[in-house]
Order: sequence, then structure tokens, then C-alpha cells
Amino acid sequence: MTTVSMTVNGKQISGEVEDRTLLSTFLRENQGLTGTHIGCDTSQCGACLVHMDGKAVKSCSMLAVQATGSAVTTIEGVSQNGQLHIMQKAFKENHGLQCGFCTPGMIMSAIDMIDRLGTDLDEKTIRHELEGNICRCTGYHNIVKAIKAAADEMAEVLEAAE
Amino acid sequence: MYETKYHRASTVSDAAAMLKNADDGKLLSGGQTLIPTMKQRLAAPSDLIDLRHIGEISGIVKQADGSIRIGAATCHADVAGNEDIKAVLPGLADLAGTIGDPHVRHMGTIGGSVANNDPAADYPAALLALGATIETNKREFSAQDFFTGMFETALDEDEIVTAVVFPVASNTAYAKFPNPASRYAMAGVFVAKTGAGARVAVTGAGQDGVFRMPDMEKALDGNWSADAVAGMAPSADNMLSDLHGTAAYRANLVTVMAKRAVAASS
Repeated sequence: MTTVSMTVNGKQISGEVEDRTLLSTFLRENQGLTGTHIGCDTSQCGACLVHMDGKAVKSCSMLAVQATGSAVTTIEGVSQNGQLHIMQKAFKENHGLQCGFCTPGMIMSAIDMIDRLGTDLDEKTIRHELEGNICRCTGYHNIVKAIKAAADEMAEVLEAAE
Repeated sequence: MYETKYHRASTVSDAAAMLKNADDGKLLSGGQTLIPTMKQRLAAPSDLIDLRHIGEISGIVKQADGSIRIGAATCHADVAGNEDIKAVLPGLADLAGTIGDPHVRHMGTIGGSVANNDPAADYPAALLALGATIETNKREFSAQDFFTGMFETALDEDEIVTAVVFPVASNTAYAKFPNPASRYAMAGVFVAKTGAGARVAVTGAGQDGVFRMPDMEKALDGNWSADAVAGMAPSADNMLSDLHGTAAYRANLVTVMAKRAVAASS
């Protein structure tokens, strides 16, 4: 067993794991953060997305020990002071989910997308950037709509702040 | 996943020593191929030596002679977004931006990709076409000597890729036909005008991994246009054939991707 320590959602944590423990397993079973989902076993579905040091990564495709010393944000960490993140709110308002299983990964992907590319996103870009996220309900249409709505709202917030 | 022991290296010599001391150790970089392979129990290294935190093999530098030196632990997203590469070798930046998906590109590294030499990997086409040099902790290879077959390279068991150096070139472009489901290249063609003339390298299609197309290169030397390569295809005898596409289909894809790459190059 190895002690891993990292920052998860702003809190310094540590835990005892086998070296072969995946980060997704560590977050779910050791930290009780079950919002990070495991949807496939082949690194394709993106339901397990978390942000590590500010970048979206697949927590099922890395070991927990690889994240030692990093800052990890999970879906549980994106709301602030009990307020949903703009992206979460947009998914709710646009019915950007059906069964909801892929939703945490979709939201982590969408927030990362806006971090990287800014808020000026068209539908084609959003669809292309979602290449690493699979919705098996095939509910993409409203997911894309939700991301577009959130991007527009974030642009307004940014403009108002200037 | 079978049991394994994780080690984090902070220098290349550190990593080499860790590898030497391991029973059946493997180098871990971004892990976007290795970890999924271990999950499927298709690989079971006794030890993993993590190279991702070695500062000396990370980062991108435009050198005095104009060449671009990319540290082995540099992730695909950093190559895709690098302003120097976009200006000098736009085809290379575009290629890096088509590997996997955005999340894979945050982890996967150029060193890991070239050392693994997956027959459907994108980078080998750029290295071969641009005449890149692969630097290791022991020596240097030309791309031509480095890629020796499917999942095979000239690396020794205990050798560590430290950097890839791309000389200046113009008219770089990459066109790939991704498998509609897996998104891996069924044929990917990188073209460039290099100091040694026109170069065309193909990934995804060949049975022995990446290869060059000398006929196309000769034709492009005389006439850099999509028409010049329109009638040329590799022999179907050497192409991969599986449920995704026959050898003849892949040979034809090489022609089409070469035309698209030349048309897109500027």
C-alpha cells in the first residue's frame, strides 16, 4: 500500500491505496465522491472526467498515485457556496440530460472546453470538442444547447465584470 | 489490473536506474495506451516508472537553426497549441490536435507515442516525413532508422526517449481518415517540402507501420499539386486488412489522404 496525497475540491486529502488503484476508484471508493462515474472499461466514454491541475483528464485512465501532489476537481467541486455552476444550471434548464449517467463527465468536459477556447463557441465546435464524451441515450442535441447557453451566459458575466 | 509498483522519477538518470532495478519494469509517460492496456490485463509490468514529472524532458523550444525541439514528456495539447509550431510546422500542430480526444491530449505525450509505435498512431508519419531526430538517454536516431515495424522501434529495452527534434520545412500538412468508431487513423498521410525534397509518409494503413511513398515524393518534387499524386497508391499487398477495411480500400485511402494533404498544405 502507498499513501497518496492530493488536493481534491480545494481540500488537502490523503489515503492508502494499492499502486494499481485507478484515480476514479480512489475518488469514488476512498473519498466517497461518487459523482465521478465509470461508464466503460476502454477509456472512451468520458463519464469519469475530472480536472487535474486545471485540465480535463480521464480518471479511469490514470493511477491514483500518478495524481499525488496534484489539484483535482470533481463534479462535486464545481458548485460554489451551494450555487450551481453556470454550466450545471444550463444543463438543468436545457434538459441536457436524459438518464444522467454521462452528465458529470459532460459538464467537466464543457467547463474545460470554455477554459481552453473561450465563450465564443459555435455548435460545430462544441460537437467536435465533445469527441471524448459519449451519451448512450444519444441526448447530444440538448447537451450542445446547454453548453452554448452556458457559454453565452458566461460571456455576459465576463462583459458585465469589465 | 495486475499488481504493479509505481515509481516517480525526477531525472532521466533516476528513471534509468529505476528501470534497471525493476524485474519487468515499464516506462509510464501519459499512460493513455499503457494504463488501458494494463486494465485489460494485456500488459502486466512489475514496476511503472513515471516520466511525467521530469522537467528536463518537457517543453518545446525553437532552436537557433529554426528547428523545433519537443521534450518527450510534452503532451499533445501543448504541441497543438504551441505558437512557434503553428507558425513553422502547422501540419505538425494540426496532427497533434487530432490525436484521441481533448482529454487524451492533456495526458498523452510525444515520447510515449513514438516509443510505442502503434501502427495507427499519428506522430510517426510526421517524424518520418519531416526527417525528425529522436534523442534518447544513450544516442540519437533518424526517424528512418527508428521505426522498424508494427509496435517495434530501434530502442533498447532500457532506453528512454528524451526529445524529438523537427528540422524546418514548408508546406506541412496532415490528412487522416479516422475509423468512424475508434477514431484511430485508417490512413493518415503527412506531406512536407523539406531540405531534402518533398516527403510523404503514411501511418495507419501499412502492415509494418509507418512508411514513405517515394513515387509520390518524386512526383511532388516536380509538381506540388494534388493532381501529381492522384494516380499513385501503395501496393495493397503491404496494407492492413481487417473488418474495418480491406487492403485495397486502405491503399485507395492513402491516395485520397495524400491528395487532401497536398491540397491543404500552403
